[in-house]
Amino acid sequence: MDRNSNVYTFIYASGMVILVAAILSLAAINLKPFQDKNIEVEKKQNILASVNIAADATNAEEIYAERIVNTYVVNSKGEEVEGNAFTIDLKKERAKPVEQQLLPVFECQIDGSVKYIFPLRGAGLWGPIWGYVSLEDDMSTIYGASFDHQGETPGLGAEISTENFQDQFQGKEIYDNGKLVSIIVAKSNETAPAKHRVDGISGGTITSKGLEKMLLDDLNAYNAFLNQKK
Amino acid sequence: MSDREPLFSKKNLKLLSDPLNSSNPITVQVLGICSALAVTAQLKPSVVMSLSVMAVLAFANVIISLLRNTIPNRIRIIVQLVIIAALVILVDQVLKAFVYDVSKQLSVFVGLIITNCIIMGRLEAFALGNKPWPAFLDGLGNAAGYGWILVVVGFARELFGSGSVWGYKIIPASWYIENGGFYANNGMMILPPMALITVGIIIWVQRSRNRKLIEE
Repeated sequence: MDRNSNVYTFIYASGMVILVAAILSLAAINLKPFQDKNIEVEKKQNILASVNIAADATNAEEIYAERIVNTYVVNSKGEEVEGNAFTIDLKKERAKPVEQQLLPVFECQIDGSVKYIFPLRGAGLWGPIWGYVSLEDDMSTIYGASFDHQGETPGLGAEISTENFQDQFQGKEIYDNGKLVSIIVAKSNETAPAKHRVDGISGGTITSKGLEKMLLDDLNAYNAFLNQKK
Repeated sequence: MSDREPLFSKKNLKLLSDPLNSSNPITVQVLGICSALAVTAQLKPSVVMSLSVMAVLAFANVIISLLRNTIPNRIRIIVQLVIIAALVILVDQVLKAFVYDVSKQLSVFVGLIITNCIIMGRLEAFALGNKPWPAFLDGLGNAAGYGWILVVVGFARELFGSGSVWGYKIIPASWYIENGGFYANNGMMILPPMALITVGIIIWVQRSRNRKLIEE
């Protein structure tokens, strides 16, 4: 058959596309369980990082199973509702009005006391940012925090995922005389008291402000629950 | 063919060794620079990137070479692109499944192997006109030529920029200024400009040693 005829070219192109598509879908389907597993392990690592436990991919599951003693879902009124805290897709929840959102809570056992871990999700400069913040059982003092991002600028906004930045949150308080003030992310000479403030990132102002808004909005959704537990 | 060529004839070995030195894709042909600058801040992603490019280039060369007598001339570039893209997606999926942390570090650069000019260049220049075995060797050789530059640059940048190699600390902690020592990591090494300068130094060394490369 003439290799330069139109018919041959059409048949060749169609055959190739169908064959390649079949191979790729087969690979995607077969590798999916492994990939999902990796994402799950990473999520567990992030949750553990918010209570200052460094876990690597090999032991995250084990430590998670040992430390995270209880998980449940609450609504914005603080009532427990049905649902699996670990598998809730925060992106979908945040798109709903706050009354309908499902809010996951993780309880972690550390040195005989319980820390409460809350997932967060917000917007940075270039894309979504997310993280976990853990509170002491007074429901105001931050025990630890971990943040991650999709595409913030390296060296600037991306600094939110470094330990230096995250460690600042330890010991800060989110309530001031019973009012939720969350944490201000700003320069050190501003008027906000030190216990409600961490240093922002120079050159990463929009990411810093996005993180501040994420903390305030998401902790606000938990306000009723936090007040109940106090 | 009556007089079959041995698998590792002199000509075939030259396909493997030439790209390592006198026709190196990065330092001589100056192809694939973009990814060479982007992924070499540390040694580990450099090695993974090199291996990924090697897998893609060797297989793409073999596949194109096998198909070379069937590919319609008018759509040959598209056929090459589809095969490269399919292989790259496979590599990306495998990395995501088995070395997740590395795949996160490489992020978009695995996908960008598709646009690595070395690959298209070899398919068009070599695989379309040669048998599968030489094409395979040519792919391996060119990817190795690309890879060793990446590994050298990655090694230098991680050592001087972060004081470690493959993630292990090499510079003793007591040397650092903050611990009362005299040493500080060179933050510039982490940034892409120093990668270009490092590649430039490799080119300089190579040209001063390899007389063939000196232009009149």
